[in-house]
Parts: sequence; structure tokens; C-alpha cells
Amino acid sequence: MKYEVLVEVRLRPGIADPQGATIERALPALGFEGVDDVHVGKAFRLSLEASDEPAAHARATEMAQRLLANPVIEVSTVTVMGAVESAASSASASAAAASASATASPAARNGAR
Amino acid sequence: MAAKIGVVVFPGSNCEHDVVKALGLFGPSRVEADLVWHGARSLAGYDAIVLPGGFAHGDYLRPGALARFSPVMEAVATYAADGGPVVGICNGFQVLTEAGLLPGALQKNRGLRFLCTAVGVQVCTTRTVLTGESTVGADLSLPINHFEGNFTCDAATLERLRAEDRIVLRYTANPNGSLDDIAGVCNEEGNVVGLMPHPERACDAMTASTDGMGLLESLVVAATRHAQVPV
Repeated sequence: MKYEVLVEVRLRPGIADPQGATIERALPALGFEGVDDVHVGKAFRLSLEASDEPAAHARATEMAQRLLANPVIEVSTVTVMGAVESAASSASASAAAASASATASPAARNGAR
Repeated sequence: MAAKIGVVVFPGSNCEHDVVKALGLFGPSRVEADLVWHGARSLAGYDAIVLPGGFAHGDYLRPGALARFSPVMEAVATYAADGGPVVGICNGFQVLTEAGLLPGALQKNRGLRFLCTAVGVQVCTTRTVLTGESTVGADLSLPINHFEGNFTCDAATLERLRAEDRIVLRYTANPNGSLDDIAGVCNEEGNVVGLMPHPERACDAMTASTDGMGLLESLVVAATRHAQVPV
């Protein structure tokens, strides 16, 4: 079974987050008053093979701890978004995925330069 | 016999030739420096290893995060555990912390600015392979060139670093927000050292400072000594 997973990585509480602080200071200038606790981090979306949802969560958590986050300065949160239909069992899904990747790839190549 | 010093090249390293050239100033009778590709699985025959500055693996994810999975890093870990001198400069320091060979982490500079300037640093201990020939309290002028050089660690680790005399260099005027002004640290034994300043770029009067030569002299002495250790 394949599961779509969201891994969020953010700085540990107590570690200075100058990006978050700068954005927080900028928001009132655009009229967004009353916003606080702005934090900047990273989000990873991936799909992975696992026997069930707890197993998917466990695999993603290990990935987060060993690679996606640096435990000295960062913490991570893993959310299993749900099961995804495998491409083999759904021709329409695979066609949709193929067209999505075809439209995405030129932009991705440009971004890599 | 000349000490053989290997300078590791990751895809994206860019200071490896500076290090080889600076080590070349000691002359062929004392030092033989060459490049080691990151795919190497053995460091046999080397008397010291340098991880140079740059952007190993593009610094993707985090500086050093992917470089630590390069095949050579397992060899570096074994080499370090056997007492071999290992020095990580700038990106090399980041790689050593990600690999767990040195404590702490290097986060973005306070103020979010890339810093390219000369800074003052003070030698805090002479028990390491990079400062063995120096004196405690010596003031050096060295260039820094980094965005992620803000050293941090938890309070217990900082306490250990202080108690075990493992803070190697401190900035005299903290440029990047580093905890306790730390510019370089070492492992328990003092044979693995990481620092953000670039000693290899302060070896020629034309570059305004030659203070890097004293640190590299210590490394050459440590490498020569390691060469005499029976295998």
C-alpha cells in the first residue's frame, strides 16, 4: 500500500528564527495585524510503501530523524495524509500523474539552472 | 619522508586547490598533498585528512547533510577513530558536525547575511592537531566566507566542550552569532578539528595575513607525527 506523507521540519523552540521574525515584522505593513508566532521551516511531501498507516508513520519518522531534520537544531512532525491508489490499479490516475509530470518538468529544469 | 595529506573533494567543494597550494608552501620534503575523491572507501597511506570548504552536494537539504553519506565519510570516521588527524574547514566543519564526528550544528548567521571578511580569532587550546604549535591566547587574523557559520549546541554540550578544553578558536568580535564566540571545536582526543575561518587563505602576504600558516604548521607536525605511528 502507498501512503502520502507530509513531513514538516522546523527549528527547535529556543533556536533563533530570524526569517520568521522578519516575516512577522513585515506582515503589519501589508495590513495583516495581530499575527504572531511566525516560524519558517521546511515541508517534504512524499509517498511511500508501507503495510498500514502506523507503519507509514514509523518509516517517515525514521527518515525525518535520520536525514530530513538535524536533531541538534530542528524538530519534525509527520502526518500521514492518506492512502494513495497505486498507478498499476488505476489507469486514469497514472495518466493524470503522467500529464502532471510532463507539465511540471520544463519548469523544474529551468529551476535547476 | 614527507607527510602525506589528503584533501577530500566532494561534488561542489571549491577550496580544495587552495588547501593543496597552501600545504605546498611547506615544501616537498615536508608535505605531499593531493586530492581524494569522495567516492574513495579507504584512506590508507594518508597521515592527515582535510575536508575543504565549498558547497558539497550543493548544500542541498542542509550544508553537509548529504555529504555525510559520501562513501569516503565512513573511511574518515574510521581514520578519526584510529587517531588520524582530520581537519574540516568551513563546509568541511559542517560535514563533520552532520556526520556526528564533532558536536553541535552550524545554523544561518545571525542577521541572515553571507559574510566574506577578515575576522580576529583567538587560540583557546593547544591540545589539537591544528593548534599544537600555537600558543593559547594568540590572536590571528583569518578570512571567513560563509552563510551558515553560527555554531550552536545544547547547554550540556557547551558545558562539556568547556570542561574538556575542546573550544579551539573563539572570535574576538563575534561576526555571526556563534554560541560563546566559538569559531572552532575539536573531538575529545583533539585529533578532529572543525573551524569556520579559512587558514589556507591566509598563507601569502598578498592576502593581507599569513596567520593561517601557523595553524597549517601544526597540522603538518601532527601529520608527520602520525606517519611515525606504527600501523
